[in-house]
Parts: sequence; structure tokens; C-alpha cells
Amino acid sequence: MSDKAKKNKTPFIRLSKKSESMLDPRKAVAIRISSVVVALILGSIPILLTGVNPVKAYGIIVQGSLGNKIYLQQTIKKMIPLLCCALAIGPCFKMRFWNIGAEGQLTAGAIACSAIAIWFGKSSMPSILILSLMFIFAIVAGGIWGFIPGYFKAKYNTNETLFTLMMNYIAIGIAKWLQGGPWEGRKGTQIIPIFDRKTFLPNVLGVHCGWIIVLLIVIIMHYYMTRTKHGFEVAVIGDSENTARYAGMNVGWIMMRTMFLSGAICGIAGFVVVAGANHTLNDVVADGNGFTAITVSWLSQLNSYVMILISALLAIISKGSKTLNQRVGVPASVAEIVSGILLFCMLGCEFFINYEIKFRWSRDKDAKKSASTAEQAKNGSTDGNRSSIPANTSKEAE
Amino acid sequence: MTAIFALIAAAGTYATALMFGTIGEILTEKSGNLNLGVEGMMYMGGIFGLVTANRYEALVGETGSVGFIAILFAILGSFAAGCIAGLIFAFITVTLRANQNVTGLAMTTFGTGVAKFVGEHMRNKLGGYVSVSNHLKESFHQQIFPDFLKRIPFVGKIVFGQPHFFYLGILVAILLHLFFTKTKKGLYLRAVGESPATADAAGINMTRYRYLATMIGGGISAIGGMVYTMTTAGCVWIEGSLSGVGWLSVALVIFCTWRPLNGIWGSMLFGSLMIMYLWIIIPFFPQELYKILPYVVTIVVLIIASMKNNKEKQPPANLGLNYFREER
Repeated sequence: MSDKAKKNKTPFIRLSKKSESMLDPRKAVAIRISSVVVALILGSIPILLTGVNPVKAYGIIVQGSLGNKIYLQQTIKKMIPLLCCALAIGPCFKMRFWNIGAEGQLTAGAIACSAIAIWFGKSSMPSILILSLMFIFAIVAGGIWGFIPGYFKAKYNTNETLFTLMMNYIAIGIAKWLQGGPWEGRKGTQIIPIFDRKTFLPNVLGVHCGWIIVLLIVIIMHYYMTRTKHGFEVAVIGDSENTARYAGMNVGWIMMRTMFLSGAICGIAGFVVVAGANHTLNDVVADGNGFTAITVSWLSQLNSYVMILISALLAIISKGSKTLNQRVGVPASVAEIVSGILLFCMLGCEFFINYEIKFRWSRDKDAKKSASTAEQAKNGSTDGNRSSIPANTSKEAE
Repeated sequence: MTAIFALIAAAGTYATALMFGTIGEILTEKSGNLNLGVEGMMYMGGIFGLVTANRYEALVGETGSVGFIAILFAILGSFAAGCIAGLIFAFITVTLRANQNVTGLAMTTFGTGVAKFVGEHMRNKLGGYVSVSNHLKESFHQQIFPDFLKRIPFVGKIVFGQPHFFYLGILVAILLHLFFTKTKKGLYLRAVGESPATADAAGINMTRYRYLATMIGGGISAIGGMVYTMTTAGCVWIEGSLSGVGWLSVALVIFCTWRPLNGIWGSMLFGSLMIMYLWIIIPFFPQELYKILPYVVTIVVLIIASMKNNKEKQPPANLGLNYFREER
């Protein structure tokens, strides 16, 4: 009787945090992949509501983004700024600095390089010089746009999430003004005329060479984050600001530096979009990439190489959902729902990687198991036990 | 001077949406949950409020529909949508202990996606657009006070000339203020937000408080989205018209120093800023640049709020942090 009462006192579900040694990297990857699968299954619910077979819909999404050469090129064009912004956000998020201003930093970069294209496009300057000027101006403008919130965060601990977001609206507002005011082509059109051919990025393999720039950034950023002192400092601040301060790091300076870098890379994304794809400036130059990049960054665990995969996945969903809309009339915003669910699942699945869930009955089993091993040990150790004991102690020693 | 009074009087409609958004988020943040997904939840509230009102009318017919019941349905529909969004958020952050910032951003993506999806789907299904009949539209805009009160010079229109949602918002703000300061449950809720470990040790069910606060807070925020579509946007679903309202609400929470009563005048101020370019015209100043004024002001406010390190005006100490009992 008393035994039963004791049993009821143990909670039905108990959680405990796994220690480092209990984390199994293969299991973690399996959990993450299955969470993506779960997300795609959950994402089929809205498709079902419109009366379309989800399997067929996913088929159309894949076919509509990779099916032929033109679709593939469009998907890659979509992917380039997305990947670039994700790379930019990576170090900020690593630092636990919630920069959601990629949209504005991209727009700022786009505005700056458009200014160069408009002022010098018609001059006799060689193309390569104009393009490099545009590149530099985009970097500086984007960097400044990122630096401002970084400065105030470092100095006064101003809320960076809202600051960077408001900077988005300001950059987009300025682009809107330029589009309808000083740079407007014919009065009343709200369109800036196409820039001179000299400001176009050359094509490589059918897509503008922005993809080469972005792939270079992938390699550089991975090196920067994992192999340099700067990357290490960023990681330490992300884990604990106090530790960083205690170790003598200048947290404020690192924050400003990282934000400038992040903004600069977003600026490059703006340059690539203007010089490579649009050849003009408008207020939707960022096209939501700055926000989707947050999803990409987080889904890829801030790993630059994984970002290529994830941005490809999201570009496929985004481009494919447009085809889906044209063919069977499912609203294209299904892409946003799916990417939201993907992010939810990915965030949720970390729990199953980091925590152990013990049910009441599994606890009983554990107790029995330990009892039996204890008995075995008492009865004289077998070969298996002998080998397992040093293994355990060595783990503890670590 | 008259222009300024006219501006403030006209701002009430826009301010109401901000007010609900802000008050809901204050409730959520007081429990220690930083839900940055207000934008997404207001989008969801906007579309589901409209759809429930529209479905109600389709059910009973245009002649049989009653304004009061339509408003009730719209409130319930948007509140339920916000509750569900809050539930998702609470499940992921409280139970699964995921990062609150990123979960909030995911909620923004998800919520706007759901709202756009439903809006477009309904449009395809009904042909044309989703709306309600004219007499229901009127009841959403109705002003409850008699005309002679509005004729009081200067303040008459500001105080008595607002749509009924405005007064409902003020009522919710006052109730929330009383809840925080006068009731035991409100004290417990604040304890959960300030120090969950202490609250847990005192035997307060921290999980339940966070879940309920996030759900109800989300519901209140979502009502704000409904108010926006039913008043400012004129009972039709315009994609993107709600854009930025939710984020301004999150900024307003900081501006109001987590106090519901400050939310009333704070939202009036920001509502005025949002429509100022229509009322106070500055010659030769481009309108597009004028329109970014509220965002510039928000940044200035954020900076000033952070510069003044006032002890009274701090966020809940544990805002944005998850609690795990076995962790120190």
C-alpha cells in the first residue's frame, strides 16, 4: 500500500537535461531531418483545405522550381539574395543580437549602388570601375545601416530587434521617395528607368555572376566564424556576455564591428540584386528576403554550408508555390505558412535533442536494469562488464 | 491648433488597433514571455474577424443580420485566432523551451502567411472580395455618444467622437491595470515574469500562468487586428495594409513601460503620428519621407527609453528567458 503511494508521487513525465556526453550527433541529425518531414506534412494541411492533393501539390512545387532550365535559373536567382542575407544574419544571431533589419540593410545597399549607377552610368568610365564603385558603396551603406543599431545597443542597450526593424521601414520609405521623386523617369510612372548596360553584372552559366560572389562569401564566412579570433569572440558573447567581459573582450566594439559586417554583407546582396537581376531600384528590392533569411539562418544552425541547402529548399518552396498558384489556384502565401511551420518544428525539435524525457514506467525499467547490473557485478564481473567500466570512468574523467 | 485637435480626434480609429495590440502584448510580457509575433497574430485576428462576420451574415442573410451580434462574432473569431497563435507560441517556448525571439519571428512569418492564405482563398471561393453588407459596416463604425457631447469645444470630438472599440480598449486597459495591481492572481503573474524560480518555490504553477497570459494576450492583440480591418481598412481584406501595426505595438509596450494605462495615450500619440501626413501638411516636403516619421520617432523613443535607466521603468526581470526547474 505504502509502496503504491510512493509510486504515485513520482511524476508521470520527468525531464532532465542531457549532458554533453549523452548527445549523439547522429541522433540529432535524424531528429532534425524528421522535424523537416513533420513540417512538410503539417504544411500540407492548408493545401488540403483548398481541395488539392498535397502529394500532387508538392510535385508541382518541385517541378515548378527545378523542372526546366528557366525555372531552375529563376530559383537560383531567388536563392542568391536569400543566401547572402542568411550569411549576414548568421554572426548576429550567433552573438544573440536579434538583427531583423536585413531587409533594410539590403535596401540601403541597393540605394547606394543605384546612386552610382545613375550618376556615373552614362559617363565614359569603364564598366569594371563602375561596378567596383557600386560594390564599395553598397557595402558602406549597408554597413552603416547595420552599424547604427549596433552602436546604440552597445552604448545604451537599446532594443535591437525593434531598432533594426524600424530601420527597415525607413530604408524602404527612402527608396519609395526616390522612386517617385528625384530619380523618377517619366513623371507619374513611379518607375526609375533601367540603368546603363555598363552597370550590369556579367552572366556566368546563364545566371548573373552574383552566385559566384555569394559562394565566395559562404567560404569566407565559414572560415571567419570557425577559424578566426573574431568568430570566436562572437561565439563567446553569444554564450555569455559576462564571460566575454570577464575575459577582457570589448563587447561593445565587437557588437558594432559584427553589425557593420552583417550590414555590409546585406549591402552586397542589394548590389547583386540591383546589378544582377533588377537593373533598377524599387521599394520592393528586398522582396521579403531579409525576413526569410532569418528562417534560413536558424534552420541551418548558423552553419554557412548548410545555409546553401536550406536557402535552396526555401527558394524552391517560394518559387514553386508561385507555379502552384498559377496551375491549381492554391494561394502562393502557402510558402510563408510552410516556412513558418518549418521554423516552429525546427525550434521545437531542439528540445528532444537536448532533453531526456522519462516516463514513470521507463523509470521503473531503469531501476530494474541498474539492479540487475549491480547483481551481475556482485556475482563476479564478466568480460563485457570489465570493458564497460573503464569506458564509463574515462567518460567521467573527460 | 484646431488642426492638431482634429488630428487627434481622427487618430482614435487607428489608435484603437494599436491599443489592443499593445495591451495584449503587455499581458504576455508581464508573464515573462516575449512574443515578437504580434504582427502575425494581428494579421490572423484581422482576417478571422472579417471572415467570421462575413460567414455570420452569409448564414442569417443580409436582412436578418444584427450589427451587435456581428461585432460579437468578429471579436470572438479574432480572439480565438489569437489564442491559438498564443497557444502555439506558449507550447514551443514554455513546454519545449525554444528561443523566444526566433519563435516570435517564426510566428510573424506563420501568422502573416495564414492570414494572406485565408484572405486569398476566401476571395477565390466567394468571387471578388470578402466583405460585409453596408449596414453591418455602419455598425462597426458607430459612435455611441450623442451629438451634443461631441460639440464640446476642442476635447468633445476627441473624447466622445470615437468608435465603440476605442472605449472597449480603454475598458480592457483599466481592467488589466486593476488585475495587475489589485488582485492576487495579478501579483502571481507578475512574480512569474520577474522571477519564475521564486514563483515556483512559492507553489505558483508557472506553466499555467505563462500559457494563459500568452493565450489571452495573443487574443487581445488579435482583436486589434480585427479592429483595424473593420474600421480603418473599411471591412475589406487588403493584403499588406496591416503591415507594421503589430511591430509598432511591440515598440509601444516599451514606450508605455509595461503599464496598460500608459497604453491608452501612447497609442493615441502613435495613431496621430501615423496619419499626421494627411492632416498637417508641410509644404515642399515629400509625402513619402513624411510617412516614415512614426518609425523615426519610434527609434528616438527607444533610444531615450534605454538611455534613462530608471528603476521603475524596467521590463519584467525574466522577460524572454525560459525556465527549467532543474537548471540553476
